[in-house]
This record gives sequence, structure tokens and C-alpha cells, in this order.
Amino acid sequence: MQKRAYFGLYIVIAVLAVLPLVVPNSFYLDLAIRMAINAVIVLGLNLLIGFAGQISLGHAGFLGIGAYASAVLPTHFGWHPLLAMGAGAAITGLLAAVLARPIFKLKGQYLAMATLGLGIIINIAIRNEAAWTGGPDGMPVPAMGLMGFELTSDKHWYWVVALMLSVSVWASINLIDSPFGRALRALHGSEVASQVVGVDVVRYKVAIFVMSAVFASLMGSITAHYVGFVTPNLADFFHSIELVTMVVIGGMASVYGSLIGAVLLTALPQALATFEGWETVAFGAILMVCMIFMPKGLVPTLAAKFGKGD
Amino acid sequence: MLAQFLQFLFSGATVGATYALAALGFTLIYNASNVINFAQGEFIMLGGMLAVFFAQSGLPLPAALVLAILIPAIVGIVVEKLAIEPVKGAETVTLIIITIGASLVIRGLTAVFLGKGTHSLPAFSGDTPIEILGATLMPQSLWVLGVTAVVVVVLWYFFNRTLTGKAMLATSYNSLAAELVGINTSKVLFMSFAMSAALGAVGGILVTPITLTSYDVGIMLGLKGFVAAVVGGLGNGLGAVVGGLLVGILESFGAGYLSSAYKDAIPFVLILLILFFMPRGLFGARVTDRV
Repeated sequence: MQKRAYFGLYIVIAVLAVLPLVVPNSFYLDLAIRMAINAVIVLGLNLLIGFAGQISLGHAGFLGIGAYASAVLPTHFGWHPLLAMGAGAAITGLLAAVLARPIFKLKGQYLAMATLGLGIIINIAIRNEAAWTGGPDGMPVPAMGLMGFELTSDKHWYWVVALMLSVSVWASINLIDSPFGRALRALHGSEVASQVVGVDVVRYKVAIFVMSAVFASLMGSITAHYVGFVTPNLADFFHSIELVTMVVIGGMASVYGSLIGAVLLTALPQALATFEGWETVAFGAILMVCMIFMPKGLVPTLAAKFGKGD
Repeated sequence: MLAQFLQFLFSGATVGATYALAALGFTLIYNASNVINFAQGEFIMLGGMLAVFFAQSGLPLPAALVLAILIPAIVGIVVEKLAIEPVKGAETVTLIIITIGASLVIRGLTAVFLGKGTHSLPAFSGDTPIEILGATLMPQSLWVLGVTAVVVVVLWYFFNRTLTGKAMLATSYNSLAAELVGINTSKVLFMSFAMSAALGAVGGILVTPITLTSYDVGIMLGLKGFVAAVVGGLGNGLGAVVGGLLVGILESFGAGYLSSAYKDAIPFVLILLILFFMPRGLFGARVTDRV
């Protein structure tokens, strides 16, 4: 199990290393960076949804907190971008930790409702506090830098996110195989049974929720600095849904499924841009068809078909 | 003071009635299949947009309204047949994504064929406001509230006094047991989609003269309908109606007395508070999980 899991990681690293040599132009490099950013968020979200079996329909809200911390704190208070990023992650972690206990008393549809509501409230707050956030128009984000070196070119950003993605994949594989990961899978299987054998169900749910929220917040900060501009769309309901869709299309409880889901759904809108006016219809239809024919997601379905474990 | 209070109450109850119809739609489908239909809001939008389209293309208003209810009902049936029935029993997240896919398709097709403009319908019986203790009530508000009341009574009769309605209720309690006594549960599923799409469309049509409509109004209306359904306790018909009115009225008071900018956030703050303290909504049954 362990060996095979690491085999996948080596492939990911190899692809990431070769990719900048083969991408034809900066458009594709940009696409690759956004895929990698989404992949990290989706890895975190998949730990929550796929492994622990808890839904979040509000993750874009956490992403928005990170992004706006990186925009607002350096602009209005002159904070260092790294400090702002840390502050964003801390605020998100705290918010998630405080809300997680009452939220995770809920199950299924009620949990979906609560997380959805939380995300929407965050988005509305960002839209309304125009004096700080620029309102619906968004605001520019200062460049990220450290000791006189400014991260500006896409090449630099590529290596930063490639490193983050490799570390996240490595961390996910290890986490899943740790006692923590086994506890998560146990509580997905049966909460009562795992409680009986001594798993502190609530503590694990809270921990994984906070962790995936902090992942999203950090990547929100990265997105903000990379793009150089933030808008409330980053934190809206539709973006939350996109992230969940990446998890499910790729395959729940599958590390590599998360990567595939993020890559496909980041590329899809670009590919659909040729369908002028029909993009939304095509996107919706593809979601439905994928889910109807592969309710378990791409990677687990294919893995089952070719008789290999994931 | 009183006039202002009444004014907020009237406008809140009017919008709340639409939420109540949407919440009833959520409830019907949830009871028949345990699916949260995220496309519910699109049926509301579709009702309003189609009514505008048919009215503008010269049909007499009653005919336009009938078509604007029938077509969403057919769309509901198509969604159920093509997308929900094949994946019976799939995980909640999978079902949520399927219904969201359906909502994108409906919204996208509406934008392609009916355009992205904002539209309105003429009020059904004029625009002369009625004065009540200094507050004004638009005749269209009476239409919204009246039709909602009629719908609720008809639904009550349907579920308590007709065989088909009772079959649907039985399925919602225990679909396996219902099947064993000879109820055709797949017909129940199909009917629940048609009915809830029609309910949504009715709400969308009624409220269009007041709030206007466009291809993208369905998202917020649908989400607030979902809030209303959960406030009342998912699966509870009476709860859905009370939840809808409550959400509408509190939203209107919040916008009036607290902050109009945060109007759209009010239902979601409300639902978080309710879920934190009453995890199954106001009227949700106390259930113990079987292991």
C-alpha cells in the first residue's frame, strides 16, 4: 500500500518537473498554476468530504477570507504579505474551530445547509464592506515578496505552487495512512461503531474541518497574490460548488482523484469557451452525465474497472 | 411607527409566501426521495420568465400563466426521469451535484432562448394600492398570499383525503414498506418532481409583477426556499409554510430596521442560529438513529 501510494507521488513530481519545459506558452503555464492551486484546495476538501464523509458547501468562503486578508491587511495596514497570509489562515482556523462544534452536531442535509449559509454570509460581508474590500468590484493585491525578492513572473509562481502541491500530496498520503486517517475513515463508515472503539468522533471532525478550511484560506492568499486582484466571486456559492464538484468528479476518498478532478474542472471552462453562450448549459450537462454514469467519480470507477486498488 | 411596521410585515409576508411555495417544493421532493433539489430555484425563475415570454408574444394572460406552470412541471419530470431515477440511492453529495448540474442547464437554456434582460409582468388586478392604517398594500400582494393559501389548502386535502396523496405520504415515511403494500414509488417520485416544479413556477409567476425577474434570480430564491424548508424542519409541510413566511418577514424587518445591505444574509444567519440550537428545525421530529 505504502509503496504504491508513493509511486503515484513520484509521477506527480515528475509531471510537475517536466511540465514547464513542454507548455507551449504563458497561457498554458497560467492554466497549470491555477490547476495546481485548485488541486491543493481539493486535496484538503477531499479529506473532509471523501474520507471523513462530511459535506461542506461553503469552502469558497474560507478561500475568500484568506484572499481578502492578503489584499486588505497589506493595503490598509501595511502588513507584510506573509504575515497577512498567516493572519488569514489563523482567522479562518479560529472561525472554523468555533463553528465546527455546533455545525458537526448536524448531519447530511442539515450540515450542507449550515456550511452553505456560512459561505454565503462571508460572501455577502465581503460584497458589502466596500470601504475595506472594494465591494463587488474587488481590489488589487500587493505583490508577494521576501527579503527584497518579489514574486512576479509566472515561472516563479509555478515553482512555488508545484512545491506546495507535491508537499500536499505527500502529506495527504501519510495522513490517510496514520491513526488520524484511520479514525476519519472509521467515522465515515459508522460513527457509533468508531465511538465504541474509542474514537473521539467530534474532535476528529473538528480537526479535519479546520485543517481543510486553513488549506483553502492559504490557497486563497496564494491566488490573490498570483492574480494580483481579488473579487467577491472568489468566495461565492458557485465557487464552493465548483470545489465540491472537483472532489466528486475526480473521486471521493481518492488522493489522485482530487488532482484529476481539479485539473479537469479548471480546464473545462477554457475548453467550453468556444461554445459561445452555451458554456453554462454544457458545464451543467457534463456534471450531470459524469455523476449519473460515474457516481463514485473518475478515478475510483476506472480503478475498479481495471482491477487495481487506488 | 405602526404604519412602518405594517409595511414591513406586508412586504415580508408577500416574499415569504414565495419562499413557502419553494420550501413546499423542497419538502415534496425530499419526502419522496431524500434528494435536496438544488434546481428548485430554477423552477421559480422559469415560471416568471415563461409567463413574461408568453404574455409578450400575445397570448391572453390566463393561457400564458397555464403554459408557464405546465412547462416547468414537464421540465421537472424530465429532470427526474433522466437524472434522478437512474442514480437512486447515491450519496447525498452526488445527488446535490446532479441537481446543481440540472439547474445550470435550465439557467443556461433560459439565458440562450429568453435572453439575459430583466423583465416584469403587469400586476393581475391593477396597481392601485390599498391603504391599511397608513401602510400600503399592493393588490398583487393579495394575489400572492391568496394563491399561496389556496395551494396550501389544496395540498392539505390532497395528502389527507385522496388515495394518491396518501400513497405519497406513505412513501415518505418508509418507501420500502410502501412498495410492499403495492404503492408505485417511482410514480410517486415522478409526481413529486412535477408538483414541486409547478409549485415553484406558481410562486415565480405571482411574485414577478412585484420583484421583476431575469434568468439568474433562481439561485437566491432557491437557496432561501431551502432555508425556509430547513427552518420548519425538512420534510414537514406545515413547517415549510411557516418557515417560508418567517424567513420572508424576518428578512423584511431586518432590512428595514437593521441594514438593507445585509438583507440577503438574514435568512442564512437565522438558519445557522436555528440549527445550532435546534438541529432539526422548528418542527422537526425528534428521531433516534438506529445503528
